[in-house]
Amino acid sequence: MSWMAWTWPTALFFIGIFSAMGVLTVLELRHPGGDERRGALGLVTTRGDRLFMTILGSIYILLAGLGLFGMPLWGPLAVAFAWAIFCFWKV
Amino acid sequence: MKTENQRAWFLVLPVLLLVAFNALIPMMTVVNYSVQETFGDNLFFWEGLGWYEQILRSERFHAALGRQFLFTGLILVIEVPLGIIIALSMPRQGIWVPVCLVLMALPMLIPWNVVGAMWNIFTLPDIGLLGYFLNHTLGINYDMTQDPLAAWITIVTMDVWHWTSLVVLLAYAGLVSIPDAYYQAAKIDGASNWAVFRFIQLPKMKNVLTIAILLRFMDSFNIYTEPFVLTGGGPGNSTTLLSIDLVKMALGQFDLGPAAAMSLIYFAITLGVSWLFYTLMTRDDLN
Repeated sequence: MSWMAWTWPTALFFIGIFSAMGVLTVLELRHPGGDERRGALGLVTTRGDRLFMTILGSIYILLAGLGLFGMPLWGPLAVAFAWAIFCFWKV
Repeated sequence: MKTENQRAWFLVLPVLLLVAFNALIPMMTVVNYSVQETFGDNLFFWEGLGWYEQILRSERFHAALGRQFLFTGLILVIEVPLGIIIALSMPRQGIWVPVCLVLMALPMLIPWNVVGAMWNIFTLPDIGLLGYFLNHTLGINYDMTQDPLAAWITIVTMDVWHWTSLVVLLAYAGLVSIPDAYYQAAKIDGASNWAVFRFIQLPKMKNVLTIAILLRFMDSFNIYTEPFVLTGGGPGNSTTLLSIDLVKMALGQFDLGPAAAMSLIYFAITLGVSWLFYTLMTRDDLN
C-alpha cells in the first residue's frame, strides 16, 4: 500500500466514512425506506442524504475555520458536531 | 409481504470495480498526498493540514477561484438564455428538424483540444481569419495573445460556440414533449407568446434545464483543455482558471501536497454548488 502513501489519520478518516456507510446499510436492511421525512429546512431527506449533508457541511465548516482562524480546529470541530446533530435530528 | 429478489445488484459489481480503480482509489490517494510532503522516491513526510491552510490563504488561489467563478458565471448567463431562444425558434416538424439537430450537434462532436487549436488559429491577429479581419480590415485593435480582455472574450466565445448546443438540444427535447393540448388551451384563452413561454414552456422545460445548467456548471467549472490550448492561461495569468493553475502546481512545480489539498478544496466547491443547486431546483417536485 506504499504507493497510496497511507497515513494513520487519513486511514482513520476513511474507516470512519466507510463504517458510517456500513451502519446506514444495516439500518436500511432492518428498517427499509430510508426514514424519509421533510425536516426543518423544507427538504425531503433520507438517512443517506443526512449523512451526505453532515460530511459535506463539516468539510466546509472545517475549511472555513482553517482559512479564517487557522489551527487549532477545536472550535470548528465543535460547530461541525453541532451541525451533524442538527442534520440527523431536525433536517 | 413478498420479499423482492435483490440479486440483480451483483450485476453492477464490474462497474463498482471500475469506479473503484479509476475514481475512488486515486481520490483516496489524493487525500493521503494532501497531508504530506514528498520529494519523489515514494518518500513522504507528515505535514498535517498545513497545505490546506496555505492554499486557503494564498492570493494565487483566491485569484484563480475568482476567475473561475467569473468564467462559469458568464458561461451560464450567456449559454442558458441563448440556448432557450434557439430551441424556441427551431422548427417542430418537417425536413428542417434533422438539419437543425445535426448542425447543432456538430460543435459538440469536436474534441476539446481541437476546438482550442481551431480557435487559436482562427483568432491569431496576424494569420487568423477572424484576428486578421478584425485588425486589418475593420481596424479594431484585437490581440488575444497580448490583451487580457480580448483573451477573455475569445475563451468565452469559444465555450459559447462549443457548448450552447447542449442547452439547445436539452431544451428542445423538453419543448417537443409538451402535448399540443396545452397550446390549444392557451390559444383559446388568448394567451400572449410571453404567457405561453412563462406558464407552459418554461415549467415543462424545468427538469431538462436543471440538468443542462448542472452539466454546464460542472463542465465549465472543471474546464482545462480548451483555454489551455487557446491561451495557455495567459496573457500573464489573466485566463489561468483553477484547473490550469492546479496542473501548473502539480506537474510544473511538482508540489504534490499543495496540489492535492487544492484539488480537494476544488472538488468540495464543485460538489457543494452542484448539490445546493440540484436540491433547491428539485425541492418542490418531491411530495
